[in-house]
Amino acid sequence: MSKTLLEVKNMHVSIHTDSGVIQAVRGVNFELHESETLAIVGESGSGKSITNKAIMGLLPVGGRIDEGEVILNGRDTAHFSEKEMNTIRGAEVSMIFQDPLTSLNPTMTVGNQITEMLMLHKPGMTPEQRKARALELLDMVGIPNPEERFGQYPHQFSGGMRQRVMISIALACEPQILIADEPTTALDVTIQAQILELMKKLQKKVNTSIIIITHNLGVVSSMADRVQVMYGGRFVESGVLDEVFYETKHPYTQGLMDSIPNMQLSNQKLYSIPGTPPDLISPPHGCPFAARCRYCMKVCEKIQPPEFTFSETHRASCWLYDDRAKGVF
Amino acid sequence: MEKTLLDIKNLSRFFTIGKGQILEAVNGVSFTIHKGETFGLVGESGCGKSTLGRTVVGLYPPTGGQVLFDGIDVAGNKTHAQKMELSRRMQMIFQDPYTSLNPRMKVMDIIAEGIDNHGMASSRAERTKMVIDLLHSVGLDEEHANRYPHEFSGGQRQRVGIARALAVNPDFIVADEPISALDVSIQAQVVNLMKHLQETRNLTYLFIAHDLSMVKYISDRIGVMYLGNLVELADSDELFKNPLHPYTNALLSAIPLPDPKVERTRSRIVLEGNVKSPINLPKNCHFCTRCPRKQPICEQEIPQLKEAAPGHFVACHLVK
Repeated sequence: MSKTLLEVKNMHVSIHTDSGVIQAVRGVNFELHESETLAIVGESGSGKSITNKAIMGLLPVGGRIDEGEVILNGRDTAHFSEKEMNTIRGAEVSMIFQDPLTSLNPTMTVGNQITEMLMLHKPGMTPEQRKARALELLDMVGIPNPEERFGQYPHQFSGGMRQRVMISIALACEPQILIADEPTTALDVTIQAQILELMKKLQKKVNTSIIIITHNLGVVSSMADRVQVMYGGRFVESGVLDEVFYETKHPYTQGLMDSIPNMQLSNQKLYSIPGTPPDLISPPHGCPFAARCRYCMKVCEKIQPPEFTFSETHRASCWLYDDRAKGVF
Repeated sequence: MEKTLLDIKNLSRFFTIGKGQILEAVNGVSFTIHKGETFGLVGESGCGKSTLGRTVVGLYPPTGGQVLFDGIDVAGNKTHAQKMELSRRMQMIFQDPYTSLNPRMKVMDIIAEGIDNHGMASSRAERTKMVIDLLHSVGLDEEHANRYPHEFSGGQRQRVGIARALAVNPDFIVADEPISALDVSIQAQVVNLMKHLQETRNLTYLFIAHDLSMVKYISDRIGVMYLGNLVELADSDELFKNPLHPYTNALLSAIPLPDPKVERTRSRIVLEGNVKSPINLPKNCHFCTRCPRKQPICEQEIPQLKEAAPGHFVACHLVK
């Protein structure tokens, strides 16, 4: 087993809003190993983005980690101060966001946004070295004419090019972990293909671990080594890519797979999961998926299912795998 | 042969954007839509697919060409009665269920607006009954009628948008990216609902989207657009099995499939560069700047849409 870079233990995150306390993340455990790609899959409101924002210390106003540990390189960063987090963000963990237009500063040139990162984390570099490094980064992410592009503003770039700029900023200080929150959702498919290829190429080159957050199972299958499926603030299934796709255990994962049309088949009937995700202001007592599950049993509505282990890497939280539930499906 | 419901003839829609520059959003597109079918229109952002949809229902006047709906020119001179008739028979569902519903109106009034405009209900009680029936048919409940749009989730709002479109008993609905703002599990719900409504109400759809797998699932025929032109048109199974245009090929190859074994062995055509700006386009094949199979002729002439196989049309110099 390769080295563990990040370990999240029993993390609970709540967000205090005017309409109540949202229990966005309700006890998640996971690890990230060196140079692997972990995909976190889930719908909006499942807590996948909040989990990662908590790791980055970027929770929205009113959000806080109530319980649990985030162990990054051997130390617990869950309750680090803003100042301490600043030394980690960008240097050890970087993040790229869904919408590259709103996450870049429109009043700063692209070049300055890259060198700013170097200025913060590599105080020893001279301005000339910083510029040289920035040009090298722009070239690495496949932006033509880096010299000319260096002095331009984000609005002069297309969507795909902006996402490349974001990636170059995120990788400027060679972080060990790159968190990509829906990096291609706002892009067209042909541009998405370019960005995914680029991320794979760069991962090999700079040896970064990637956490990719997405709801697109196609992106997962082309990028990930391991997958964790999130629903209602918890992980319902996790495993190596093939285990989750070909030996699916949790009914929610199964439902997700069945609700994507297969392009090779014609005239198939598409399954749709009925209902909507649970309201996390008053989360259900039992399994969060119980209300939408085709196999829901009485116990599912009352008691949160424990985690069942199917292999060293494959786990799912579902009562169907309890010995007493034999023969339900 | 099925009856033609919508006949689009050499349709163009340009926008002047100042400084003498012209944005050619849709340029000389022709195709027909048969009664009862779903015609899928795909392409990347900026290819003109939404402009085409809006021009078809008459939200934009065309710059050139014609849209004939059941023989009536959508943009031509019409009497008031003809206009009312047309606006009843053609409806639209929008992409963003958050901005397309009036936040200050109750769902009851949003849905009933068309019923009121066309005088379809003779009494208050009948109006209420019609709205409740519509809510049931899109999978919502009676009590939803007295709520405001902000009280609904994205999927539910899209159902309200569909109910509003259905309120006036249309024959034809333009659905402009109706599912792209929704979560995966909700997308399947809405698409299945649209399919079900099509069967029970004998609807014809123009389904605009960029998600090819969903378009294939719902459509009978698919048209692929690139920078204002229709580059390929075929039955949906045929288009996926045997794509002829290099752009269609690249588009299909760019979609990551939810199957790890396939993904590992697949070689992907990754297109270089971006879509050209649609302003002051040269008279050549617009895809030639990104095409992996470019020939000298591609830079000189606009390829015409021609029938390469029965029912399979393509606009490419390389296809003989």
